Amino acid sequence: MYRYDELDQALVDQRVSEFRDQVSRRLSGELTEDEFKLLRLMNGVYLQLHAYMLRIAIPYGTLSSEQMRMLAHVARRYDRGYGHFTTRQNIQFNWIKLEEMPDTLADLAKVGMHAMQTSGNCVRNITTDQWAGVAADEIEDPRIWAEVLRQHSTMHPEFTFLPRKFKIAITAAAHDRAAVKVHDIGLRMLRNSAGELGFEVMVGGGLGRTPFIGKTIKPFLPTRDFLSYVEAILRTYNQYGRRDNIYKARIKILVHELGADKFAAEVENEWNTIKEGALALDPAVVADIAARFIYPNYERLEDNPAALARARKEDRAFAVWLDNSVSNHKQPGYAIVTLSLKPTGAPPGDATADQMDAIADLADRYSFGEIRVGHEQNLVLPNVAQRDLLELWQQLEAHELATPNVGLVSDIIACPGLDYCTLANARSIPVAQELTKRFGDHALAKTIGRLHINISGCINACGHHHVGHIGILGVEKNGEEFYQITLGGRADEGAKLGALLGPAVRYGEVADVVEDVVAAYVELRERPEELFVDTVKRIGVEPFKERVYATR
Amino acid sequence: MTSPHEQKKRKVNGSVVVTANRLGDGAVVYRTVNNDWTTDLASAAVVAAPAAAVLLQSAEADSVRAVGPYIAPVEVAAGNRVLPGNLRERIRLAGPTFTLPGAA
Repeated sequence: MYRYDELDQALVDQRVSEFRDQVSRRLSGELTEDEFKLLRLMNGVYLQLHAYMLRIAIPYGTLSSEQMRMLAHVARRYDRGYGHFTTRQNIQFNWIKLEEMPDTLADLAKVGMHAMQTSGNCVRNITTDQWAGVAADEIEDPRIWAEVLRQHSTMHPEFTFLPRKFKIAITAAAHDRAAVKVHDIGLRMLRNSAGELGFEVMVGGGLGRTPFIGKTIKPFLPTRDFLSYVEAILRTYNQYGRRDNIYKARIKILVHELGADKFAAEVENEWNTIKEGALALDPAVVADIAARFIYPNYERLEDNPAALARARKEDRAFAVWLDNSVSNHKQPGYAIVTLSLKPTGAPPGDATADQMDAIADLADRYSFGEIRVGHEQNLVLPNVAQRDLLELWQQLEAHELATPNVGLVSDIIACPGLDYCTLANARSIPVAQELTKRFGDHALAKTIGRLHINISGCINACGHHHVGHIGILGVEKNGEEFYQITLGGRADEGAKLGALLGPAVRYGEVADVVEDVVAAYVELRERPEELFVDTVKRIGVEPFKERVYATR
Repeated sequence: MTSPHEQKKRKVNGSVVVTANRLGDGAVVYRTVNNDWTTDLASAAVVAAPAAAVLLQSAEADSVRAVGPYIAPVEVAAGNRVLPGNLRERIRLAGPTFTLPGAA
C-alpha cells in the first residue's frame, strides 16, 4: 500500500468542502445546471438514466481493507447496497442522491479516497497491472511510476482542460495485464541492452468510435526522463488536439492525422525544451515515493506445502479453483488470488456491501490487508500464503466469490449499458447474464479454454468490445436493440482490433450466435491448446461467418 | 433507445410527454399540466406535437427542480393508460431490467 501524506489528505478534505458549497449553491438555484455540470464532473458525479452516479478513484487499482469497508458503508448508507468495479480499476455507485454527495465524499475522505479526475477532460486514474508488486514476471513495481504520474497530474493547472479525457496505463511485466496499447499513453517498463531501466512509450491507442492500437514513439525512454517526456506528450496534445469536434478530440485522432513520426517529432521538440529542467527525475525523489509503498513482511515459506497438495487431491472443487484463480507470486510460499465478480447470472463487476465487508475481512486475515481491482472487473487478494488457500477458498465460496471462471468464457467484461447509461443504445448486462448461464458449466468452459467476451452498449466502447476475443456491440435499428459481433480482438501485448463477423443480430439471438461461434471454434481449432484468438488469427472470420449465418 | 440529445433533433410524432431528472436525487420525473413535476407517468401531461414544444419550454425554465428536460414518446393504451414509448423510457420508468445485486 502507498501511504498518502498530509498534503494529499488536505487536498482531499479541501475538495470535499469546496464541492459541498457548490452542491448547496446548485440546490438553491444560485448555480445553473450548465455552470454546475462542469463542477460535478470534476468530482466524478454523472447524471445517468434514473439517478446520479458517483465514480470513485482507486489509484492504480490498489485498495486497503479499511477503504473497502468504507466502500461497503457507502453502498449501504448512500446507495442500494452494491457497487460496480470498472474497467479502469475504479468503482461506481449508481444511486447516490446529489443532496447526499458531499456527505458521501466526506466519508470517503476519511480513508483517503476521492472522486477527483474520474471524469472531465483531464488525466484520469492511472491504471496498471493488478498484480503489480507481486507478479513473478515483472521487472519492478509499476505503481511507483503510476504514483509519480498521479502526483504530477493531480490538479495540474495546465492539464485540467485538455481537448478530451486522457488515460494512461503502465505495465512492468512481460505479459501485459493492463491493456496499455489501448490507452492514450501506454508505458511498458523494460531494460535496454546495457541493463538500464526505462520505458517503451506508446501513444494514440484507444477504443470508442474510432479505435486504434497505440503506436510506439519512443522504444526506450530512460527513467530519469519519464515525467518530462509524458509532459511533452501532454503539451503537444494540448496544443494541437482538436477542440472543435468532440469526436475528433482524443489524442488518437491527432496521432493518426499527423502520423506517428510527425507526432513523435513534435513531442521531441517540446521535450528538448524541458528535459533538463525541473521535471528530470532525481532518483532520490523516486526512491522517496517508492519508500512510501509498504510491502508485506513475508514469512520464509516453501512453495506447494504438503497440506495444500493433499487438499488439492482430496477436494476436486478446490483443485478446480486453484488451477483457475490462483497464480504464481514472486515470493516463495505465497500466491495471488483472483476473486471472480462474475458468478453465473450476475451483473459483471458488481459486489454487494456484504461481499465488500467480507473481502475486507479476508484481506486482513489472509492478504496483509490489501486488495486490488483489475481491469477485467475482478478483484485480487495479492498476498496469500499458500498454506491458507484452502481456508480462504471455503470462505470465498460462502460469499459467492470463488466462481472458477477467471479468464474463461463467462468472465465477461461489460459496460453498464442501457440499464443505467444515458449514452447507451442497447443493454449489455442482461446479454452478459445470459451468456454466463449458457457457459456456466465449468467443464464446458474449461474445454473452450481462455476466451474473453467484451460487451459495450454503444460505440463509446466502455466494455472494450473491439479488443474482446469475441466483441459484442449494441446498436439501435429502428428502435430495436441489435448487436454487432467481432472476432479476434485482444488487449494484451499482442493487442489487435476484432474483425466484424457479419450483419448485426437481434437481442434474443446474441447468446445463440456466440454459442455457434464457440462451437465452430471447438471444431476448427488444430488442437485443444490452440486459443480461440489464435484460431481466428489462423483461419480468419469467414469459417465462423459461414457457420453462424448459414441457418439464419 | 435514441439518446435524449438525438431525440431533440427528431420530429415529434404522436403522443409525447416531457421528462427530466429531479435535481436533488436524479429520480425520473414528468411534467404535469400544472407545470409541476411528478414521478408518476399516469399523472404526466400527454400532448401532441405543437403543444410539446410549449411544455418543453416551460420545463426548461424550471431548471432548479429538474435537470435536462426532453420530449419522450409514449403510447396511450386502452383505458387511457400511458406507457413509455420505447425501451429507454421503459427502463427509466421501471429501473434496470435485471434483479439488482443483493435484492433477490
